[in-house]
Amino acid sequence: MAKKETTATALGPMGMLRWAWTQLTKMNTALFLLLMLAVAAVPGSIFPQRIQDPTKVSDYIETHPTWGPIADKIQLFDVFSSVWFAAIYILLFISLIGCVIPRANQHYKALRKKPAKTPKNFDRLPVHRTLTIPSSAGVEDLSSEQAITDATAVLKKRHYRVDVQSIDGVYSVSAERGYIREIGNIIFHVAMIGVLIGVAVGSLFGYRGQKILVEGDTFVNSLISFDSFTPGTNYNPDWLDPYTVTLNKFDVEYDRQQGSHTYGDDLDYTADLSFQETDGTTDQATLKVNDPVNVNGTNLYLSGNGYAPIIKVENSDGSVAYEGPVVGLTSDGKYTSSIVLKVPDAKNGQLGFVGMFLPTGERDATTNIPRSIDSEALNPMLVLQSYTGDLGLDSGRPQNVYVLDTNTLKPLNTMATGNGIVLDAANNTVDLPEGHGKVTFEGYKRYVGLDVHYDPGKKIVLWSFIVAFCGLIISLFVPRRRVWVRAQSAGSDLLVEYGLLARGEDPRLADEADKLTDIFAARWGLEFSEADDA
Amino acid sequence: MFLAAVTYMVAFIAFAWDVAAHSRTTQRLESQHVQKKAPARKAQLVGAGVGSTAKSGTRSANKNEGRLVSNEQGTGARGLGFNKSAAEMLEGEVADSSMMWGSGTQKRTAARIAVAVMILGAVIHLAGVLSRAFAAGRVPWGNMYEFCTTGALVVSVVFLISLIFRDLRFVGVLVSGLALTMMTAATIGFPTPVGHLKPALQSYWLVIHVSIAVLASGIFTITFAMAVLQLIQTRRERDIISGKGSKLNFMRLVPSSQALENFAFRLNAVGFVMWTFTLAAGAIWAEKAWGRYWGWDTKEVWTFVIWVVYAAYLHARATRGWAGPRSAWLSIAGYLCIVFNFTIVNVFFSGLHSYSGL
Repeated sequence: MAKKETTATALGPMGMLRWAWTQLTKMNTALFLLLMLAVAAVPGSIFPQRIQDPTKVSDYIETHPTWGPIADKIQLFDVFSSVWFAAIYILLFISLIGCVIPRANQHYKALRKKPAKTPKNFDRLPVHRTLTIPSSAGVEDLSSEQAITDATAVLKKRHYRVDVQSIDGVYSVSAERGYIREIGNIIFHVAMIGVLIGVAVGSLFGYRGQKILVEGDTFVNSLISFDSFTPGTNYNPDWLDPYTVTLNKFDVEYDRQQGSHTYGDDLDYTADLSFQETDGTTDQATLKVNDPVNVNGTNLYLSGNGYAPIIKVENSDGSVAYEGPVVGLTSDGKYTSSIVLKVPDAKNGQLGFVGMFLPTGERDATTNIPRSIDSEALNPMLVLQSYTGDLGLDSGRPQNVYVLDTNTLKPLNTMATGNGIVLDAANNTVDLPEGHGKVTFEGYKRYVGLDVHYDPGKKIVLWSFIVAFCGLIISLFVPRRRVWVRAQSAGSDLLVEYGLLARGEDPRLADEADKLTDIFAARWGLEFSEADDA
Repeated sequence: MFLAAVTYMVAFIAFAWDVAAHSRTTQRLESQHVQKKAPARKAQLVGAGVGSTAKSGTRSANKNEGRLVSNEQGTGARGLGFNKSAAEMLEGEVADSSMMWGSGTQKRTAARIAVAVMILGAVIHLAGVLSRAFAAGRVPWGNMYEFCTTGALVVSVVFLISLIFRDLRFVGVLVSGLALTMMTAATIGFPTPVGHLKPALQSYWLVIHVSIAVLASGIFTITFAMAVLQLIQTRRERDIISGKGSKLNFMRLVPSSQALENFAFRLNAVGFVMWTFTLAAGAIWAEKAWGRYWGWDTKEVWTFVIWVVYAAYLHARATRGWAGPRSAWLSIAGYLCIVFNFTIVNVFFSGLHSYSGL
């Protein structure tokens, strides 16, 4: 025990660090970290993630009362921002840096050095050839020196770096090509760091906001007008550029091809927007899915759409308590939209409405329950239940505008009691019971869900990636190989030997040797005849 | 409108016919492969040496019209970790490593018919996929059914194209079997009539992103088959070298594990580049459609996992102790992730990629 302790102290903190560094920069460790990263990403697809769907996460925690909070504690719902995921990729990138720096250094030195000296024995090389050129052929001018000069020229032309040597009177040339392979490799890995930096910049200085915009409405790009706003960790909402956006019109194209499998589905969305920038200039743009609109560096996306029925609520004395479009949340493929309307200003007690907007309403033949049979507004119908009582809006507690808590309210019209409100174009108004006034269904408007995104790191990521991709291709497909050619006379014959060595993967090394043979043969006028193997 | 309906029906019948024809083709293929194992057992492979001697034929000198004559000798390609004594022991037990045509002397009539039938199958299959594409008026990969059929087509076409360059018929059983499975899955599991695309899928990125993804998957399918064979062959080689002999005689048709590994590595490198491209194209498309280039959607997670696994595979070859069977296992793991991504993730996981039309 004591002995162990002394070695530990002898190693010292610096030694420990150095040891850790060597361990971390080992290829084995990098490989292990890579595999760890793959495994660590898997829970991110199994468990609901907060970045995608926070409500799903809370549902999951509710339905799993014991396991849920534990999973939450170990960040299974925030895998990609979790401590352990970050630990893996940060270690991986440190390991990467630790690998790349020495390799870059080494390669820099290699670039400045001459190709490696000609080895004594070519037999040890994976590919080697010997050309025996007999003097009986009657050509005396091909000396060994001339042969090497020729070989050097050939190799140079084939983009090799060459170095001619004469060892003990024997001429040889050593050559190497494909230095760019290692450069590509280093570039790829450095560019991966660039991607990481770009991602970091985006999550620090970017923001994303959502806004539901009904036709005819205008929205200002400022913190208070967003329905939801997620700033980057380092983003100050004061930096928002307060331009305004107006939704003039929203059009949907439907599949009306008879017999189509997707009959009645949406085929295309077109939102017609106009802008006013802070300096007063105005602009028009068409926003479509897959085709965002860029305004002063921020991008606007069409992320959703739906119907907003226009509802008017009048008091019994004829004064208007509410009038305007009510955004409905689309709940199925036929655009059945759920509606919640809170009317705190109704005179005879606050009113609350819960219901459905049906674009093409039709009463079911057997149950007589209205339902939507098409997503286009061919026969718009509004189904409502009404309640009265204290809506709780004055309590100061923030409420979800899309949820009405009916537990504390007194029902006026409900489907259960058979006096639910069903309105359409022909029959568009109804009196509420107990002198609560009347409700009118005045039509509908379309609305769009707009996403406003700002990501300053995007360009860094894109360019880093392009560079990385080029580096990857170079590092995988440019062969790096060494060639040595030696010429010496053996008796009356001239012996030209050449050996090839691949550095890294090189499946075409033997082909290169064949090519060299052909080139030499052409240059020196050699002719081979294919003999039997024996 | 009626005409369109008729076209749909014709396309549908063409597809049914294609699927039937293809199933038959692949079934016949498989039985032929079984048959062809039998002669292989009897006939000793002649002249199928391991790579070491591939290029050692002496070019002897002779004089020809007064030109210089000479002589060339040398060795050819040896794979990484080549072991001469082991290679000698395995000589005649495995197929030629160069995987070049004509390197084996044995005539494989059954295999020839198999390839011919497979080409026919692929042509009919192509016609089916094309008619589907024309019927729908767009690229034929808008839902699971279309991914499966197009994917199977790509697998067989990639296989047939690589046959032009190398004699890879030994992976034929696995490849045709996988193609058959995909076709069966498409017809039984996810039959979907022709339909239009959702707005989110209407982008030229659908063509770029998905076609490269399917192509990469096709390549990974073949390397997966090679990795499986490599593992079997490694085991068999070990048995032969240790003198135990091996019962798996049909593996004679398969090159040495080393050659398999080298070739699979090259294909995987190509596949990896394609997959990297898929990932990037997907990110660019996501940026356009959803407003962010990466959001850890389930499909994105799995694409990332696959990318990392194959990246690990590429690194493994350069890592001591990881070349050979271990890297083959990584290749298999990568492929299983692809299959998982394609089936389980599409069917059971919800996410932004839930376009499968199920």
